[in-house]
Amino acid sequence: MEGKVKVQVNEERSFSKWFTSRKTQRIITIACFMFIPLLLLFTFTYLPFGKMVGFSFYKMKYIGERTFVGLKNYKKVFSEPEYFSSLKLSFFYMAGALVQLAISLYLATVLSFKVKGGDIFKGFMFFPYLINGIAVGFIFKFFFTRGFVFDTVLQWCGCNVDKLPYWLRDQGVNNWSLAGTSIWRYFGQNMVLFIGAIMSVDSELYEAAMLDGCNKWQQFFYVTLPNIRTVLFLNVILSITGSLSAFEPPYVITSGANGTATYFVKMHEVAHTSQKVGQASAMAVVLLIIILFATLLQNVLLKYAFRDAEYEGPEQNVRKKKTRINTAGKGKK
Amino acid sequence: MDTENTLSIAKKIVLSILKYLSLIFFAFVAVLPLVSVLITALKDDEEYATTNVMALPQHLNFANFAKAFTTANMGRAFINSTIILIVVLLVSTLIGTQLAYVLNRFKFRGNTLIRNLFLFATFLPGIAMQVSVYEIMTKLNLINHLYGYIIMMCGTDIISIYVYIQYFENIPTELDESGIMDGASYFRIYRSIMLPLLKPAIVTSCILKGVGTYNEYYCANLYLQDKTRLATVATSLYTFVGPLGSQYNMICAGVIISLLPALLVFITCQKQIYSGLTTGAVKG
Repeated sequence: MEGKVKVQVNEERSFSKWFTSRKTQRIITIACFMFIPLLLLFTFTYLPFGKMVGFSFYKMKYIGERTFVGLKNYKKVFSEPEYFSSLKLSFFYMAGALVQLAISLYLATVLSFKVKGGDIFKGFMFFPYLINGIAVGFIFKFFFTRGFVFDTVLQWCGCNVDKLPYWLRDQGVNNWSLAGTSIWRYFGQNMVLFIGAIMSVDSELYEAAMLDGCNKWQQFFYVTLPNIRTVLFLNVILSITGSLSAFEPPYVITSGANGTATYFVKMHEVAHTSQKVGQASAMAVVLLIIILFATLLQNVLLKYAFRDAEYEGPEQNVRKKKTRINTAGKGKK
Repeated sequence: MDTENTLSIAKKIVLSILKYLSLIFFAFVAVLPLVSVLITALKDDEEYATTNVMALPQHLNFANFAKAFTTANMGRAFINSTIILIVVLLVSTLIGTQLAYVLNRFKFRGNTLIRNLFLFATFLPGIAMQVSVYEIMTKLNLINHLYGYIIMMCGTDIISIYVYIQYFENIPTELDESGIMDGASYFRIYRSIMLPLLKPAIVTSCILKGVGTYNEYYCANLYLQDKTRLATVATSLYTFVGPLGSQYNMICAGVIISLLPALLVFITCQKQIYSGLTTGAVKG
């Protein structure tokens, strides 16, 4: 790093005016700082993406001949019930993700202010995120086995073990079990991100809010929420896309058995077990389009939701007026 | 007046009891699976077979740990994971903060486009993409080399860029301006003013990125195929899939070993993360 500075200084002397101008320096800084990240982004994201789209029109394996088949792969994604219907499983994970976001936001709000033992709580809740996926797989295979951890705890709570389902085998519950493991793993991480965002909110804003007589709830709605919306928005996007592309819990815990094979587990099978690379690429492209659509929808909804927070003053007045009108109306009746 | 006061005090007490109960509940949920795994790891074969999984072990038995460590060749795995982690964190912190600095402080044509390129990248299904990434890695001759895997892992992810950008937004631009007045180059401003101020954000996102890298198993499995030489801690656990799959006391010991370093780093860095988060907010 120091080396770069020296080089710049030397060059500045020799290039004289041209180089010393802020404008040139600006361009050089921008170019230097962005070259590597953009190169990596291109090589490992956009180039493979382009190739993947290309692959989806071919019938091909990893090695060997490729034949152009047009839209046949795409037609198959929609016509073969086992592919498309596996997308339904995303709803389990989506529900899980929403529960998780709510829990995290609640905990983050609580833990951002003075709480006894706050760091210990934070630590316990965050730790599951530090465990690698395969370990999580083993932990929950063990956790949900008949008569093991979960059953024992439910027994303590007075449940009869014989009436409990097989958490990973019974199709009525196994997807909820898997979604639950995902919540277990990520709620602490979400919470820490939210705490980070809440902490970076200007504390003067809270002081001002207190002086204006805001209660905790109002503080949350009018100070915290608008100020952390970048991170919140990002996390909502990530959990929606995450649940559409749910892969890890079924892959490491049940290997997709007993109706837990999500769209991605199916795709992994198609790509690696049966080596239908073209078909797998088509599945990926279809999912991508669905994800984009979901994100767009999400974006519109969130913008609508945040509109309130941004124009706090007039909106509040309108609300008051509305309630007045409502109460007036009720009075007449 | 008095009754109102006592009422509001009672309400406060009830609310704080509920608050703590909720915290205790979620902490219990988070810890329970791990405690059960630890209990089982400490039991020998006979005790594991005869007692309930939640029954505490009669005497501490560490033989499972040694057995798991050698069976899964975890010594080699730890060395590999350490190398990967150090390089990836250094490089991705450097390029991540630089990118965030440029994107937040300079207005130029293409700024929003680049932000969107990074945002859009998160929508691309990572696991599916490996089909074509595999081809590129082969062409670049990066398969079955630690450095190949490291290069692939260095791409900055959007979460850390967002965290950095949020921090930059809270660092007043007056600091940049005073730097410029003193004749500092942009690189100097980044290096001497921004980077120190970014420390809390760097710690936070290093933890996130570090965990992601340490836990990554899908690509490690795909691109580090030589399992005797190139296994990472995560992929070494694959040893327990299959015929060993029912020896839960040994598996649990392996699981505990694989998360010990994470636990140690977490305990030592925890204070740094939290103090970083609190002092990272704007001062001035």
